[in-house]
Formats: sequence, C-alpha cells, structure tokens
Amino acid sequence: MADHLLEVRDLSVEFHTAVGVVKAVRNISYHLDRGETLAILGESGSGKSVSSSAIMNLIDMPPGRISSGEILLDGADLLTMPAHERRKVNGRRIAMIFQDPLSHLNPVYTVGWQIREALTTHGTDAAKAASEALRLLTRVGIPDPERSLDKYPHEFSGGQRQRVMIAMALALRPDLLIADEPTTALDVTVQAEVLALLEELQQETGMAVLIITHDLGVVAEIADRVVVMEKGVLVEAGTVSEVYKNPQHPYTKKLIAAAPGKGEMHAPAARAEPVLSVRDVRKRYGSFEALKGLSFDLMPGETMAVVGESGSGKSTLARILLRLDEPDSGSALWKGRDLFTMSPAELYKLRRDLQMVFQDPTQSLNPRMTVYQLISEAWVIHPDILPKAKWRERVAELLVQVGLGPEHMGRYPHQFSGGQRQRIAIARALALEPQLIICDEAVSALDVSVQAQVIALLDRLRKEMGIAFIFIAHDLPVVRDFADHVMVMQKGNIVELGTVREVFDTPRQDYTRALLAAGLDPDPDVQAAHRAARLQRAS
Amino acid sequence: MIPPPDSFEGAMLKFVRKRAVASLISLVGLLVMVFFLSRLTGDPAALFLPVEASAEMKAQFRELHGLNDPMLMQFARYVGDVVTGDFGESLRKARPALEVVLEAFTWTLWLAVITMTLVAGAAIVVGSLAAFRAGGFFDRLSSLISLVGASVPDFWIAIVAIVVFSVNLAWLPTSGTGSLLHWILPISVLFIRPFGIIVQVVRGSMIGALSSAYVKTARAKGVKSGPIIFVHALRNAMLPVITVIGDQAASLLNGAVIVETIFGFPGVGKLMIDSILQRDFNVVLAAILVTALAIFLMNLLIDLAYALLDPRIRH
Repeated sequence: MADHLLEVRDLSVEFHTAVGVVKAVRNISYHLDRGETLAILGESGSGKSVSSSAIMNLIDMPPGRISSGEILLDGADLLTMPAHERRKVNGRRIAMIFQDPLSHLNPVYTVGWQIREALTTHGTDAAKAASEALRLLTRVGIPDPERSLDKYPHEFSGGQRQRVMIAMALALRPDLLIADEPTTALDVTVQAEVLALLEELQQETGMAVLIITHDLGVVAEIADRVVVMEKGVLVEAGTVSEVYKNPQHPYTKKLIAAAPGKGEMHAPAARAEPVLSVRDVRKRYGSFEALKGLSFDLMPGETMAVVGESGSGKSTLARILLRLDEPDSGSALWKGRDLFTMSPAELYKLRRDLQMVFQDPTQSLNPRMTVYQLISEAWVIHPDILPKAKWRERVAELLVQVGLGPEHMGRYPHQFSGGQRQRIAIARALALEPQLIICDEAVSALDVSVQAQVIALLDRLRKEMGIAFIFIAHDLPVVRDFADHVMVMQKGNIVELGTVREVFDTPRQDYTRALLAAGLDPDPDVQAAHRAARLQRAS
Repeated sequence: MIPPPDSFEGAMLKFVRKRAVASLISLVGLLVMVFFLSRLTGDPAALFLPVEASAEMKAQFRELHGLNDPMLMQFARYVGDVVTGDFGESLRKARPALEVVLEAFTWTLWLAVITMTLVAGAAIVVGSLAAFRAGGFFDRLSSLISLVGASVPDFWIAIVAIVVFSVNLAWLPTSGTGSLLHWILPISVLFIRPFGIIVQVVRGSMIGALSSAYVKTARAKGVKSGPIIFVHALRNAMLPVITVIGDQAASLLNGAVIVETIFGFPGVGKLMIDSILQRDFNVVLAAILVTALAIFLMNLLIDLAYALLDPRIRH
C-alpha cells in the first residue's frame, strides 16, 4: 500500500481540556502524491491545522491525544515509529512553514544560523551547511544574501521572512512541504510572489505540498486537489475545479457562495456637498514620511475604501482623522469645521459623530464588561443622548439591528464568536448615532462566511441610516462589494482615487493594476488565466 | 523607515556610554544624600564621637573637621576628598577608611561571585528542566524545594547548619576564614534563597518560551529536545531571569549582613554593622559609596548582558 507519498487514514485527534474532551478532527482520511499539491480548506475551528500538526508530531500530549488512525509516509506509520527513527523525519523528509514568520523565527539568532541549524541537525557538516545556507538564501530571492545571513529576523520585511522560512524548510530537499496559511499575514502582491516561489521550487524539487488555508483564491492558485473541512469533519474532497464548479456538500456551497468580489458594484450617486473634506494632510515620524499630503472628499452616506499595502499610511490616516494622532499640517473640514484645530471640548462633542471599528474585536471589547455595559457605556459618557430609563430598550434595538438579540445583553464578549463580537463592536459604535464610521480592517480577521454577513450589515446601516464609512482594507474583493469610491494608497500618497467601477474595471495607474493582478480569484479557471498571463509577461 | 543599522560595536559603545552617564548621575545623587544625611540628622560631633565624649572634645572635633564652616563649603571639601579617594581615617582602626572597606569588600565580592555563579547555573538548569515537563514529578519536586528555599529565613538555616555540620558532625568549621572549608557553610546558606527565587522565574519564563512559535519551528526542523531547551528557548527566556539574578546579586554585594555576622565572615556587611555600632562613620560612608558603585557597575553589566542576548535591544 505504499502507492502514495503520504496517506492519512481515519485520523481522530482529541484534546482533553478543563471543560471536557474536544474532538478536533474525527476520522479524516486523505492522501498526497509526489509533485502534487493538496489544499486543506476550512474556516477557524474547522480543525484544518490539526492533522498537519499530527503529521509533524507537534501536538502536545497531553492535553492532545490521537485516538485513532495512522499516518503513512511511504507506507511507514509515523505514529507508531520508534522515536529515533521518527526524529529523522522532521526537517529531512517533511518540512513546514507557518502563517506568521516573525514569531516562528527565533528572534535572538541570525537567519544564517537558523538555516544552518536545519542542515547540521541532520548531520551536514558545518562548512557544507554554511555554503548551502548562502545558496538557499540566494535561491529564495533575498537581496544581498551574503550580508543577510548575519541579520536577525526583525531586520527583514514580512515577505522576506517567509522566504527565509522557505529556505530553511527546503534546506534538505524534503519530500513533503506543509504550509500552514503561509501567505495570510502578507500583502497581496507579496502573497503572489511567495506562492509563485513555492510553485517554482515545487517544480524544481518534485516535492509534494500540503497547503492549509481559508482562502479559496490560494486554493485556486496553487492546489491540484482540495479537501474541505468543517468542525473537525472532512466534508468534501476532489480536484480544485470539481469542487469549485460542482460542490456537493452544503457547507462547501456556502463557502463558495460567500467568497467576496462577485456582487454588483455600487454606482455612487452624483457628488454634492461633502460631509468631510480633507486637504493636504501630512505626517512624519522622524525621517519617515507616513502621509505626504493627502486630499479627498467624503459625501454623506458614502463608503470610501482605502486600500494599500502595509506601510502605505492607511492606518495613520484613520488615527489622524480621529485625532488619536496629531497631523503635522493640513486640514480636515467636518461639516465646515476643521477637525485638526478643535479644542478638546469641541472634540469631545464631535466624538459622537465619528466612531471607529477596529480589526480585532477580541482586543477592542473589554472582557470584563457585559454586552449591555459595553453598548450603554457610550451614554454614560454622553448622558444627554438618552435618558437612563430607555437604555435597556435601546440596547435591545441595537442588538437586533446588528443581527443579535436582546437575550445577549447580559453576556460577556468571550461567550461570542469572532463575527458576533464584531457585531457587538458595531452596535457600540452605533449607540452614539454617528454619521461617520471608520473601519480599520474591520472584517479582515473574520471567516469568509462571517465576513459576508458583516459587510451586508454595514451596507444596510449605510442605506438605512445614511452613515458614511471610511473602510480601510487590504482585501480587494471585499472592497469591490462594499465601496462607492476607492482610494489607492502607496507610500503615503494617493495614487488613484475614483468610483469603485473606475478603479476595478479601468485602473489608470500601474500600481493599481499590479494590486488587482496580484489578487487571487476563487475561480480556478480565472486564476489559471491570470497565471498564464503572468508567465507570459515574465517570459 | 528603519534607520541604517550601526555596526555592532558602535551600537554597544553608544549603549554603554548612555548607561554610564545615567549611573554617574545617580552616584552623584547618592553622594549628596549620604553627605547631607550625616550632617542634617543631628550634630556630627555627637554622631561621630562616643556617647561619653565631653563638650570640649566635641568642640575640638568640630574645629578639626571644619564642621563650623558653611554647609556648602563642607560639601565641596567632602566631594573633593571623595573624588581623590580620601574618605578619612577609620576612627577605630587608625587606617584609611577606604582601605578598610576595600579589604572587607574583596571578601564579600568573592562570596557573592562564587555564590551567584553556583546559584545561576543550578537554577537555570533546574528551572529549565522543570519547565520542559511542567506539572511533572521533577517540576513539582523542584517547586516544593524552591518554595521552601525562598521562604525559610537565612539566620535560622545558618544556625541550624552550624548546629548540624559544625557542632554535631564536626565536619566544618563554625566561623571565620582560613581554609576552603570555611567557605562552604556561608556559601551554602546564601545559596538557598536566591536559588529558590530564580528557579521559579526561570521556570515561568521558560514555560512561555517553550510554548512559543519558534520552538514549534525548531521541532518541525527535527531539532532534539536538548538544543530546543538550552539553545532555542533559554536564550529568549533569559531576559527576566537576568534582572532577578542582578537583584539577588546586588543584595549579596550589599553585604549579607546576617550570614556574615553569624559566620564571623569579614565582609562588608559585617564591617558596616560593626562600624555603626562603634560609630566609625567614615567607614560607614565609604562602605555605602563603595557598595553603591559596585551595584551600579553590576546594573551596567546586566544591561550589557541584555543587549548581548537580544539583538532587538541593540537597535
């Protein structure tokens, strides 16, 4: 039965926790051949990473326990293998890269040291390891590889760190590379480069790749076959185009339907009197110019999406508009009055009109306050909005408005899922009846299906209450579904500003085109066409 | 965006210079405090002279030491003396105070260095192994021992140790110096409390480091448990540990007053107690400044160790 390189059979893993036994994966089976790429697709909590941890022997036991199954590598069961043989597998036959390369590289050793260690651990002598490390770093495209060997992880950018991880993983030419959400933390253009590098290296070495992801676009770009997981169960398996075009399981159908970027684009109404008018805003931190003179207008009830890669100044802009940070120069007229010259007292009143929703609701909601306290806190601070007798009623209304119910009032944030928590954060922002909500990556941390619901909610609020949104995001398909206008930022400048249709259908700037081209489409055929076009451009 | 990196040596030099200046400022502050404390808390003549001294002797004393001059002038003179290493004579030993203090401090320094080396080595190994199998038998045993060690008062251990090892078993001398055997009891007694404290800090810090993402990477690379604990995790876990080692070492440098007294060990702690009782204030002041300087130097060493261990601090 040694037909397949890797075969996971009937694997079940459970975790014994204080609240009881959690069955993380139940009786899952899949296989993988040399030169092939298999994607495990699933949302948070689906158990998609558990089987790979079992393959790599990374599950802590206790609390974990493998309650059934076998994991065959060329026919030999990794789970029953004697320890001294098992140790030779990791790094040499199977290697792994992870989502967040900064925390997965040891901060106190140079990257050269860490790559050499991968080699010397399995018996390569020091001189050979040194020359190999240099070759690998060169191969994965790190600039100035010789000097980079002596640098520490924090001295590289996110994409470079992932390249270092790849160099380290591929040091011994493993038969199988496991990649756990390898591009999730990266900018879209960097993601495309890293995936392209992985594909190239796979062709060079003939290794098999097991990629774990929540992103249909990544699946379409890189995988041959895909297995879909939901709540610890493998619900569907097949080739990528089979599964995308003809999904069998309701969960797969739901996932594919929820993928953003397919809806009708907004056609914004003619522009009239702006509610917010920003002119020539500049901000520098030391020698770093974060914003180099930004100007734009925002109409009432309009959504302005701000897109750009990390370091482009998106978040700085949000912080400055909320006066969480002071601009160096420029003005921002809110209904004709300059936000930047307001006194603290005026600003205090204005806080009502301007609200913010952050990326991570787990961090932005105080874990020791109930939902009722969290939402009504706004009225404690601004008591003139609503008499105390009406608080309960209004909190209940707001909860219904964001798709929760009055029965949730007495609960604490940890009793909700990520998507529900973000709804609470939105309800809290709505409590002050704002006219502008700034969303800083407000849906980035959410699963695709939840993301779609939260976007639908925001769009409904925009229509019903006439709220304007500044919607900061790096995810272009989401922007396409929600925005009226799109502002593309690069290195502190606005490089392109137009209606969503203009920017997506007829981008004028090369940078915008590059951003759009780097985005991954969930449809494998579309993505294959993108890839072909890219290869043609390259050659 | 990121400033161009300095060379390693350049960055370190800048770092040391900055810390040295800060330490110097603190030392000057201490000098001011020590001087004015001894002048403002009462009549120095009454403070320095024996209780039974006559008024005439006191007047003579004031005249001799310029105590009738304006305060600022006295202070200038005092600083001038201190800078040139002149702390005055020891009133009891008829030798320069600084010489007396340095002699005692050498003993204390040796005691502290040997003890802390042993403590740090043992605590790091025990704490790391306890963290590797947190909740296991070794972890529980070491937790119990370290908890007891950190809680038991050292004067009690010292006396019990003398009773058991010197009086009953007659293996070791009770007090004094002279042979290597004399060092064993003081070092052992001083070992216990810092060991208990540092084991707990190492354990906590190592549990965090061992559950970190980079350790997962190391395991995925096939690195063995030994290097994972002592190469990958330990260096990351050392930062809080070094702080505590520094604290503990500082308290030993200050003079392990009780232990030195019980074992008749001629260190700076015992010297200070003796000098206070004998009203030998020049020695007391010199001892305070010398130990303070030593502690500043040690803090500098700790800062340097930080920078050596963690490249992110250097930038």
